[in-house]
Amino acid sequence: MQKLIRNINYLWNKFKNDNRLFWDELEEQMIAGDISIDTTAMILDEVKKNAYSENINDPERIETLIKSEIIKILEINKNTELNIPHEPPAVFLIVGVNGTGKTSSVAKLASMFKKDGKKVLLSAADTYRAAAVEQLQHYAEKLNLDIVYHQKFSDPGAVVYDSIEKAKAKGIDIVLIDTAGRMQTSHNLMEELKKIKKVISGRINRDADEILLVIDSTTGQNAKKQVELFNKSLNLTGIILTKTDSTSKGGIVITIKNDLKVPVKLITSGEKLDDMSYFDAVKFTDLLFS
Amino acid sequence: MFDTLTARFEDLFYKIKNKGKLSPTDLDSALREIKLALLEADVNFKVVKEFLENVKTKATGEKILESITPYQQVVKIVNEEIIKMLGPSSGGISFSSSGPTIIMVMGLQGSGKTSSVIKLANYINSKFSRKVSIVAADIYRPAAVQQLKDMAKNINVDVFFQSGLDPVSISSKGVEFFRKNGSDVIIIDTAGRLQIDRDMMDEIANIRKKINPHLIYLVLDAMTGQEAVNIAYGFNEKVEYDGIIMTKLDSDTRGGAALSVYHVVKKPIEFISTGEKIEDFDLFHPERMASRILGMGDILTLVEKAEEVVSEKEAKLIEEKIYKNELNFEDFISQLRSIKKIGSLDKIFSMIPVPAINKNKVAGKINLDDSYIDRIEAIINSMTVEERRKPHIINGSRRKRIAKGSGSSVTEINKLLKQFSKTRQLLKQYSGTKGKSGMPF
Repeated sequence: MQKLIRNINYLWNKFKNDNRLFWDELEEQMIAGDISIDTTAMILDEVKKNAYSENINDPERIETLIKSEIIKILEINKNTELNIPHEPPAVFLIVGVNGTGKTSSVAKLASMFKKDGKKVLLSAADTYRAAAVEQLQHYAEKLNLDIVYHQKFSDPGAVVYDSIEKAKAKGIDIVLIDTAGRMQTSHNLMEELKKIKKVISGRINRDADEILLVIDSTTGQNAKKQVELFNKSLNLTGIILTKTDSTSKGGIVITIKNDLKVPVKLITSGEKLDDMSYFDAVKFTDLLFS
Repeated sequence: MFDTLTARFEDLFYKIKNKGKLSPTDLDSALREIKLALLEADVNFKVVKEFLENVKTKATGEKILESITPYQQVVKIVNEEIIKMLGPSSGGISFSSSGPTIIMVMGLQGSGKTSSVIKLANYINSKFSRKVSIVAADIYRPAAVQQLKDMAKNINVDVFFQSGLDPVSISSKGVEFFRKNGSDVIIIDTAGRLQIDRDMMDEIANIRKKINPHLIYLVLDAMTGQEAVNIAYGFNEKVEYDGIIMTKLDSDTRGGAALSVYHVVKKPIEFISTGEKIEDFDLFHPERMASRILGMGDILTLVEKAEEVVSEKEAKLIEEKIYKNELNFEDFISQLRSIKKIGSLDKIFSMIPVPAINKNKVAGKINLDDSYIDRIEAIINSMTVEERRKPHIINGSRRKRIAKGSGSSVTEINKLLKQFSKTRQLLKQYSGTKGKSGMPF
């Protein structure tokens, strides 16, 4: 990720005589970081209020104020814990639009759990994309994990059914379900996910333990729509933010947290299997400002 | 579900329209709304600034403030400026005059390179009937080669890959191989990479040096945020490309990235990809994109798509039947199938020029569920040939049988029959007053 605000000292000196231009410039930089207009305005209003009331004349302190406002937003509904029930298997459903990094995220999650000594099963419910199963199989082999898959174009619900049954029979701790990418506006494909969700609750007598939406951090304002519509159909339990090693500032996360309150649980930052970590609001914000 | 940009413009212009005259304050608030709308659509903030200045200069220059139709004037200016910002119409592909045309495709991870390569291959194949082959140079992502091979098989295109080689050698060997085997077009699919990854960017620069492609395309996800211009710029710095393939321009993607990249990098958008089907791939038309953004619908694309699936002869026949009030369920089902061939219902709906405000209202009321068409199809399929041709003979016991056969209820059958006869009447009236439409629905 790259720095959200460049050179606040320089801006301060440049616009010494015109406060308004200084704030305008800050606003632009935040919008350029994919923070929505509304969220940007909200943050800056709060910062201005504090800056004026405390008579702050130090640009670096203003930066600190912005930073703490962002942390405040990111810590709304703070919850990075993954829900693992006492009675195995835990069932995690991974969803998202095309190309966000669902399959890689499944592999990274699997690797993380395996390190914790958990028995993991991969469920290849993306029966649509060419070679999606092969990609997941590759990870299953690499990590030495069980995998359940069916033929291409078969019913993903059936794959999920078999996966959970196999997991029960083999004493698996966690089932990770990889699904096909889909646009949030595709009615039929969203219905398919609802059906998968039903299959899961039918098998384990509770809702899926985690329903995680994978969001590409280079996405712009459309990410809001993604969270909104996936959440409406599925009741998400969290978000996985991928590709934070890109040049994007990932500001969309701040907007998502501010508008929709769905917790960000995990972030990924590279192509290696262990490039996944729990989301930490303070660390994330530090990155935005370092 | 529809573009906020469209909705915002329409709200705004609706307000202005009601007032008749446009005051300088109106213009300022119009500009502010435009600014918000463009930023909300992920148009790069620097581009927005420039855009607003252009609109303002023009709006004041043309003395539209005193005009009696300021609304139309502002829309006209905004429309023109958007078209300008979107860059030129796609020129299509210019093929090499001697030997095969070599095309290299590159982009970030997950932008849709492999799908675009396949769609491009299919496009060239079907539009120009040239022999297309593909070289698989993504050795990094697991099963990437397999994905390419599977998809290429569906469109009967050969793929070259050799394991154990680096992407530069694979590319040059692949090009040599297909050159000898008489391919007209060779497309190289490369691995996804970040524009700041020095090693990976060196690699693609080396592939380029080695095979010297005639055309290089950057694949860019239309959902990309403010970073889009930096990505487009970063790739171009290292490996200058000829054009952009913009992907994932599905229904609620606002495509602000499309508005920014040409303006910043001066590389045209050549193709757009609008869905998961292999045919969801088109030349880029800035006028159409602009009208979509401005809520004028995309009727041109719709007409074009309709023409692709319905022949003129078919359309004439239907018209005649409508005119004679002889339309039956056989015609009806063939019409339904044609519609399905065009695309999903919400996609068709998004192309119809209804103002966004109304559209959102309508969208809330009607269910754009494609399975509805499937259910109607199932019902009609359960009818006998005679019933399909003479719907009036469908009595009570026939209705029961059809309901059973199609897994629906008698109420549903009744509803369909009623709708059908109503439609028939309406169409008859329409054909009587408005003449021949030529449209299949």
